[in-house]
Amino acid sequence: MYGLGILKGMVVTLRHLFKKPFTVEYPEQQVPRSSRFRGYEFVWYEDRCTGCASCAKFCPLGIIRIETSTEQDPGVGGKYKLEKFDIDTGRCMFCALCVEACPYDALFMGSKFERGSYSRAGLVVHKEDLNKGEKKPSVYYRPHLEAAGYHNEKELSSREVGRW
Amino acid sequence: MDIIYNIFAILEKGIVDGLTPSLGAAVALAVMAFIKVFLVANVGLIMVMVFIYMERRVLGRFQVRIGPNRVGPGGILQPLADAVKIMIKEDIVPKAADRLIFNLAPVMVFVPVMLVFAVIPFGVGVAGGQKYYMSVADLDIGILYVLAVTSLGEIAVLMAGWSSNNKFALFGAMRAAAQLVSYEVPLVLAVVGVVIVAGSLSLTKIVEAQAVPFIFMQPLGFVIFITAVSAELNRTPFDLLEAESELVTGYHVEYSGMKFGMFYLAEYLSAFAFSAIISTLFLGGWQGPILPSYVWLLIKILFVFFVFIWVRATLPRVRIDQVMALAWKFLLPLALINIGVTAVEALLWPTFPWFLAPVNIVIGVLAVWAMAAAFRSVWEPQWKPARLAATPVGG
Repeated sequence: MYGLGILKGMVVTLRHLFKKPFTVEYPEQQVPRSSRFRGYEFVWYEDRCTGCASCAKFCPLGIIRIETSTEQDPGVGGKYKLEKFDIDTGRCMFCALCVEACPYDALFMGSKFERGSYSRAGLVVHKEDLNKGEKKPSVYYRPHLEAAGYHNEKELSSREVGRW
Repeated sequence: MDIIYNIFAILEKGIVDGLTPSLGAAVALAVMAFIKVFLVANVGLIMVMVFIYMERRVLGRFQVRIGPNRVGPGGILQPLADAVKIMIKEDIVPKAADRLIFNLAPVMVFVPVMLVFAVIPFGVGVAGGQKYYMSVADLDIGILYVLAVTSLGEIAVLMAGWSSNNKFALFGAMRAAAQLVSYEVPLVLAVVGVVIVAGSLSLTKIVEAQAVPFIFMQPLGFVIFITAVSAELNRTPFDLLEAESELVTGYHVEYSGMKFGMFYLAEYLSAFAFSAIISTLFLGGWQGPILPSYVWLLIKILFVFFVFIWVRATLPRVRIDQVMALAWKFLLPLALINIGVTAVEALLWPTFPWFLAPVNIVIGVLAVWAMAAAFRSVWEPQWKPARLAATPVGG
């Protein structure tokens, strides 16, 4: 009969009226993300980094700039002093090859994504930003963290984060 | 308690009696009329905001999301924020537009809707043993006036579409002309049934005649009326003249700023006006137990608008040929059947006793079923999609 289909449809939509809204109210709530999320703001531990520049060599875009000096502790502990460690994330494609290349578990992908900027210069992550930033690494290419069940919930120190 | 029920009647009597000794009866009535016009116009504009907010929130919940909830508590200031935004926007007039008509159309679309509010009875009250109706003018031909005035809005739509010098606007206006004029016919014929039962064209008399709400006395008329009204209001199953996905909002494409705001305002104002008229004609108007009369009318208006939102959330837009076929081949014969049945009943039982309500419901269902069967048998074969000719690949 003409109109029965309409009534059936109205019942369907009325049922939707009483469902819990699906909306995640973003600035206050966030969608749960995977622990392997390759986010913005790299997590970097200066005391684990030897300045070997593997990450800079493996970066397909060449956007990691490392400058080292030997003036302090030359050769002691097999480690250079880092003058500069800049990542130009404005050109980064988050392939995470730098993280895969790091032999000392010093560089990790971040678990955040809110680092917008009004200028290209503001997108460059400097050594100071990396030292100040939240140390909640993503478990991407770090199976030992994943095996420990780590899920970006707390900050990790440089001793906890590595395999040795 | 008594003062809450009759507050508007007491105020009216107080103002008129207070001003009569110093100014004379005629001036006192004129001042009262101005106060009423001021109140009704402002109530209309505030209700537009309520309706816009309600539509966005309820439609959001129908779509399992929240809707606007940022501006003010629960987002209730969102319509105000939108109003401010729309007023400070640039007013653009196309180079090739017919400027006079282009500027006149937003006013023309607004005025007829505003005029409707003059006759809607918002309630009733008693003061000093005298009955006062809460309407600006209690016309004897109230419903005829409403129908006459609302049909003026179509001219404004046509003016807007034509003067914009834009093909989408013109398409929208042409569809509007076709659709709105067609749906006037079942709209008016559905009202005729109500008028026969009530025995009067006055909206206050129609309300007072509703010991049984006319939705039960005239179920077929109600269905026809609400369908035709949703076509007149350009609401979703029949929003062909706006059709944002095909005509990029139709007749008001070229309008911006407050001129667009006028169209938007007029759309929701007419939704409010027609919700009030549906409540008055079919749902018993201000009548209801316990609560004051104006609160009852408000509840009924909000319920009718909720039904419109519900239909919008459910039904997709129909094609223009389906719209026209529905008006002329389905609703028009049904409306004529309704008038015939009501007229015979008026001859047999002039007082319209309550037992006619179930009889009319059965007659309504049978009439819809019969018309649907006839409609389908004539039209369905033509609606099947044509089989595409198979073209062999590679010639």
